[in-house]
Formats: sequence, C-alpha cells, structure tokens
Amino acid sequence: MSSTIAYIIIGISVLFILGIKLLASPKTARLGNLVAAGGMLIALISLHQPNGDYVWSQGWTFNYTLIVIGTLIGLVIGAIGAYSVKMTAMPQMVALFNGLGGGAAALVASLEFINIRSDAELTAVIAVPMLFATLIGSLSFSGSVIAYLKLEGKFEKPMTFPGQNLFNGLILVVILGLAIFLGGHVNTPAFIGLFVLALFFGVAMVMPIGGADMPVVISLLNSFTGLAVAADGFAIHNNAMIVAGTLVGSSGTLLTLLMCHAMNRPVSNVLFGAFGSGGAAAGGAAGDLAGKTVKPIQADEVAVLLAYAQQVVIVPGYGMAVAQAQHQVRELSDELGKRGVEVRFAIHPVAGRMPGHMNVLLAEANVPYDQLCEMEAINPTMDRVDVCLVIGANDVVNPAAREDKSSPIYGMPIIDADHAKTVIVMKRSMAAGFAGIENLLFYKDNTRMLFGDAKASLNALVAQVKAS
Amino acid sequence: MESSFADVVFIFVLAIFVGIEVISKVPSMLHTPLMSGTNAIHGIILFGGILVLADAASPLAQLLGFVAVVFGSANVFGGFMVTDRMLQMFKKKKK
Repeated sequence: MSSTIAYIIIGISVLFILGIKLLASPKTARLGNLVAAGGMLIALISLHQPNGDYVWSQGWTFNYTLIVIGTLIGLVIGAIGAYSVKMTAMPQMVALFNGLGGGAAALVASLEFINIRSDAELTAVIAVPMLFATLIGSLSFSGSVIAYLKLEGKFEKPMTFPGQNLFNGLILVVILGLAIFLGGHVNTPAFIGLFVLALFFGVAMVMPIGGADMPVVISLLNSFTGLAVAADGFAIHNNAMIVAGTLVGSSGTLLTLLMCHAMNRPVSNVLFGAFGSGGAAAGGAAGDLAGKTVKPIQADEVAVLLAYAQQVVIVPGYGMAVAQAQHQVRELSDELGKRGVEVRFAIHPVAGRMPGHMNVLLAEANVPYDQLCEMEAINPTMDRVDVCLVIGANDVVNPAAREDKSSPIYGMPIIDADHAKTVIVMKRSMAAGFAGIENLLFYKDNTRMLFGDAKASLNALVAQVKAS
Repeated sequence: MESSFADVVFIFVLAIFVGIEVISKVPSMLHTPLMSGTNAIHGIILFGGILVLADAASPLAQLLGFVAVVFGSANVFGGFMVTDRMLQMFKKKKK
C-alpha cells in the first residue's frame, strides 16, 4: 500500500516540475498552470497520513467537517480574490495569496509543536524543520501583508530610522536564540515569543523597502513560503510537500535574482539599501535642473506629429495601467497602423509593478504580440524613431540612469526614449515617479509634455488622428 | 512511509537543482505569471493543514488547524485561478 502512495507522489512531483517548465514559455504557460493544478488535485484525492492511513476513508469526525468547511471558505475567498481583482492590482493579489500560504505553513508547524509532549520527543530531525517553518512562514505572512499594503498605496515610501539594520539584526539574534532554546525544550511561552517576533521581523524587514522594489520582495517571500512548506513536509513526513515546497523555494530564489538583474541592482541593495530615501542624491540632480523648464504641448499638435510619422514607439508604464487606458492605447495604435505608421511598444523588463506585468495588461487589451518589443531589441533602433510616446512611465525612461552617477537609479537599464526625434510624455502632473526621483527626460530639448489624464488625452488623440 | 531521513534529504537536494534548472531561461514577460504559478504550488500546504487538523485533539488545535486550512485553501485555489486569468490573455496572439 505505502509503495503505491510513493509512486503516486512521484507522479505528482513530475506534474509540478512539468507545470513549472511549461509556465516558463509563452506558448505553453497556460497549459503549465493547468498541469500543476492537476497534480494538486491528484495530491488531494490521494492524501494519506504519514502512517499510511488514507485520509478520506477514516471515520467521519467533527475535524473532517471543519476540514470541508475550511476548504470551502478558502475556495470562495480565493475565487473572489482571483476573479474580482483588477489586472493592475494582480501583484498585490499574488502577495496576499503568498502571505496566506506562509501563515498556513507557520500554523501547521505550530500544531506540530502542540503535539509534542516531552523534551525527549524533540529530536533535531523534528525540531529544526518545525521551528524553521514557524519562523519563515510567519515572517512571510506579515511581510507579504506589508508588501500588499505598500502596493495598495499605503505607506509606500520607505520607512527608515537610524540604526535600523542594527535593530533588525538584534531582533534576528533574539529570534535565533529562542529557536536554539526551543530546539531542546518544549516551552510554550518561548514558542509564542518566536512566532510573534517572526511576525514582527517580517514587518520590520519590508517596511524600509520602497514600493518600487515590492516585486522583488514578493518574489523573495514567495520562495520563503516554499521553503517553509518544504520544512513542514519534513516535520509531518510528507514527500509531496517537500518536493513542491523546495521547487518553489529554489525557482523563486532564482526568479528573485533574475528580477534584480533586470533592474541592475544586487539583491542586498534592494533589501538593505532603502531605495528612494536618498534625499541627497535627488537634490544633486535637481540642482542641475535649476533654470530649466518643461515644454507643454496640446493634443492636436501631438496628433499631427503622430499621424505624419513613419515610426512610432509607445512606452507604456504603470500610469497607463492606473488610468485603465490600455484599450485607448490599442485604439490609437490601430488607427496609426491604418495610416501606415509603424507602431511598436517598448516594454521595459520592470514596467508596471512587476516584471511581465505590462505584457499581461496589453495582452488584455488585445495588442498583438509581435508589436511588443523588449528593451534590448528597441534601444538600438531608437535613433530612427520619429515620435516616442511615453504613457505614464517614468523611472524606466529616466536618462539619469545613464548620465547622473549620483542618482539612486544610476546603472539601471532604461529605454532610450530621449534618442527619438521627438519625445511626448503623457503625464498627470509633474510629480516624481514611484522611486521618488526627478526625471531628466522631461527637461530635454526634444521632449514635450502632454499633461492630463492618460485616458482622456488618448481619446482626444484617437479622435484627432482619425480627423487628420 | 518507510523512507529514511537521508532519502528525504536526497529528494530535497535534487528538488533544489530541478527548481533552478526549469526556470533558467524564462523571458521577463513571464516573470509575473511564473511567480503566481509557483505561488499556487506552495498552496500544497493546504494538505499539511488537512493532515494536522484531522488529528487535532484540542479546541486550540482545531482552531489553529481550521485557520491553516482556510489560508492554505485560499492560497491554492486563488493562486491557480489568478494565474489562469493572467495567462488566458496571452492566448490571443497575432491576429
């Protein structure tokens, strides 16, 4: 009997691995998600206790009623969250689901702790994974909730105070001390202390990180939750959990590094650098801008420029997404296409709030795939572009990343919008971007600013282009 | 299950390398769906919740286990559904 379960778990593991593999290619991504979900369904149906008892054939107790009710409640919460969330708020939703997983991992570990009656039962093989899952799971829970709130626009500025890294380090030392003590003693107050401190540490870790870096944080916490789940798998002897959790832990870590690479920043800089708090650096850039002014432009002039251009590049940013203007953007691109203008979209790897977020949004608006170009492909051709239309993007087109060594974003790869013959920046106001840095692009000689709500401006542009 | 601790560690170590290998060449436009998809996979913690809740012996254990099941269930179902919703938009490609 138990060897049958082992074979089933091998099958489930293969489905998870295949699922992730398929998810990594655009053509098969959706299938990959379904394959992984299929693995999950098989895991649910074939669920066995560590002693080999088939979970669903045991005598029905109140606990089983609780299981069914709890699963249904979670299903409803998950479904409402997944289908009601706006496409722009996707990253927050992922953060929230991840936090719930982390919380669940910590709670499962806590129940393991409750089941341990004496110090003698507390062998390292049980204690280490149990304490690890408690610590990492609760940290991931509270950290994800803070990341969610930051992306929702609550206290998105980094929160810092002098000696913060030292303070966080001290908390970590206390946590590790408690964990070592708990490794040999069944002590409930110490366990509760560990749980609460880990929750607090999750908050303290994410608070000083700016909203722009939340994708990296969420990806990191995602891999943390994976590891916590794997640790739970060790503690309760479930190999499927070990495999699934470890896969997520290692692929999530790599994904985090890939994201940092796209922003050209080491991961340590993201976590401890308190990005965007560099008031001195921003001041330096602003000094150079003294005496320079931006040049506004009206929609009808922009329409003429666009209609008689040969090559147009559109750089969409989060501002476009917030204004829900992706459909208007597609209309404008279609209208220009009819007139024989070549329109391409330049997608920065971290445009939007997460890598790939912008592709999802534009795909939603039916922008054809082949019009979406990656940054590396578009930059060498930028000199030949007549009009570059920047819609609600800011930091990803800021030439300070190339020119101003004192800028906090110096070294980040950007879309060279300023190399186009004319740059039109559509923007609501002169407020700084998500990273809180002045944008040198706005002050360039070939840049014109089209102020106003992106959706309204685009509607005007579409009408004017049609008319001209 | 009759697996020794060393066997389990063996599985763990291999899984680390597989996890790294499968996503080593992923284009950046798929980072968000991939994160979301792997997020759903760690929703397998739901089954951990079910296993411990099935054995819960005290009201406190039942309460904690119940919350774990609700959280885990929201993670796994919501995770797969939100990923699918993201990816169905990639389907409509070249006109």
